Amino acid sequence: MRILGLVTLAFCFVFGGHTHASQRLMIAAAADLRFALDDILTIYRSTHPNAQIEVVYGSSGKMTTQILNGAPYDVFFSADISFPERLYREGFAMTKPSVYAVGRIVLWSKRHDASSMTLHDLLQPSIRRVAIAQPAHAPYGLRAKEALMELGLWEEIQPKLVFGENIAHTAQMVESKAADVGIIALSLALFPALATHGYHLIDEQLHNPLTQGYVVTRYGRNNALAQDFAAFMTGQDARAIMEEFGFILPEFDD
Amino acid sequence: MIELSPADWVAIRLTLKLGLYTTGILLLIGTPLAWWLASGRSPLRTAVQSVVALPIVLPPTVLGFYLLILLGPRGWIGGTLESMGFTHLAFTFTGILIGSVFYSLPFAVQPLYQAFVAIGRRPVEVAASLGAGPLDRFFTVILPLTRGGFIVAATLSFAHTLGEFGAILMIGGSIPGRTKVLSIMIYDHAEAMNYAAAHQLSLLLLSFAFLVLFIIYTVNRRFDVVRP
Repeated sequence: MRILGLVTLAFCFVFGGHTHASQRLMIAAAADLRFALDDILTIYRSTHPNAQIEVVYGSSGKMTTQILNGAPYDVFFSADISFPERLYREGFAMTKPSVYAVGRIVLWSKRHDASSMTLHDLLQPSIRRVAIAQPAHAPYGLRAKEALMELGLWEEIQPKLVFGENIAHTAQMVESKAADVGIIALSLALFPALATHGYHLIDEQLHNPLTQGYVVTRYGRNNALAQDFAAFMTGQDARAIMEEFGFILPEFDD
Repeated sequence: MIELSPADWVAIRLTLKLGLYTTGILLLIGTPLAWWLASGRSPLRTAVQSVVALPIVLPPTVLGFYLLILLGPRGWIGGTLESMGFTHLAFTFTGILIGSVFYSLPFAVQPLYQAFVAIGRRPVEVAASLGAGPLDRFFTVILPLTRGGFIVAATLSFAHTLGEFGAILMIGGSIPGRTKVLSIMIYDHAEAMNYAAAHQLSLLLLSFAFLVLFIIYTVNRRFDVVRP
């Protein structure tokens, strides 16, 4: 009987006190936005106190696969516009992909002074583990690979490479010193907790641009908040935060 | 000291809900299944027993992958549901619930099986010869005799469900309030380099896991049922 009482108590805890928000918004976002978008959402939430807004971060490729498999995301901010373009082509997006920012990759380390390093230094024997994001589905990983290939370092660096699930995971691998150096997003290197250590900005001529695009998904087609938030992302408040995190912003003609 | 965020509480609630549902379903499915498995030897029984035990050795990602294929909008089950006007089950609570039931099945069936084998058929046959009906036999004979087995089965399935990660990540994504359970919340906190929050939740799960095992060993000693 005591067990029954415990179970009842657990049920009350689990099912009691549900809150129902009038509006819901589920955002899928590339992991490079993790800190910038959190800041932007703080502002947005304060102007939309009744809305329940959730954000899920991951690699753009993985988010795309999830959307193709029916994930309930209203709007998707990708680190590479090619993913939203694919969604649009396949009928999973309601709006044409539009650019909201351009990202950059940097060398970053907690063990070494990355600001005085170049990609060539990664071959030094003192550097044993280099973290990049999974090039197959994480745009920042693919750009890191392109830059290393452009310099002819890719083959030689292979044995040192470790792969993060997405760019935030990659940054975490370097932050925890599990990897000596990493190629991460500038937006993450500028996050206050990481900005204590310097970075080296990788020449953007070495890789394709990280043109970041968003779409309102088919799932979010009837969600007015999705459109509203997308508009907010290109507004002044959001732009100021995005610039703080090192994103290069396109000119908007409005 | 411990300060959990609202998002953490959402995850805790969801995890407990998943655990309770899974345990309930597993006791309902597991009891007849374990009884049948314990009631004789045949190649079919051995085959079923092996299938039940699969999640112990299989990587959870294999289970998650198959579930995603089956339950997603393009999958057999998910696709059929869609064509009937329902929604598919990927990235839903029902989806991770189905995953958890499979994932924790051996942890419910094994202790029950052992308990049923231990009491043998005698008590039930005697009760039947005295005129007790099937339900009566179950509630007044089997259940009291195998109470320890049921406690262990319920506790183990509940605890094992709380520790689920790989399958849920694949079938559930990490959607707050729906599929973002504690284990995934910890992963997310670590990725966000929010180590303090990850520590808190990890410590919570660690203490809980210890408590559960402590309960199980205590029960085992009292009832002499099984070793997990």
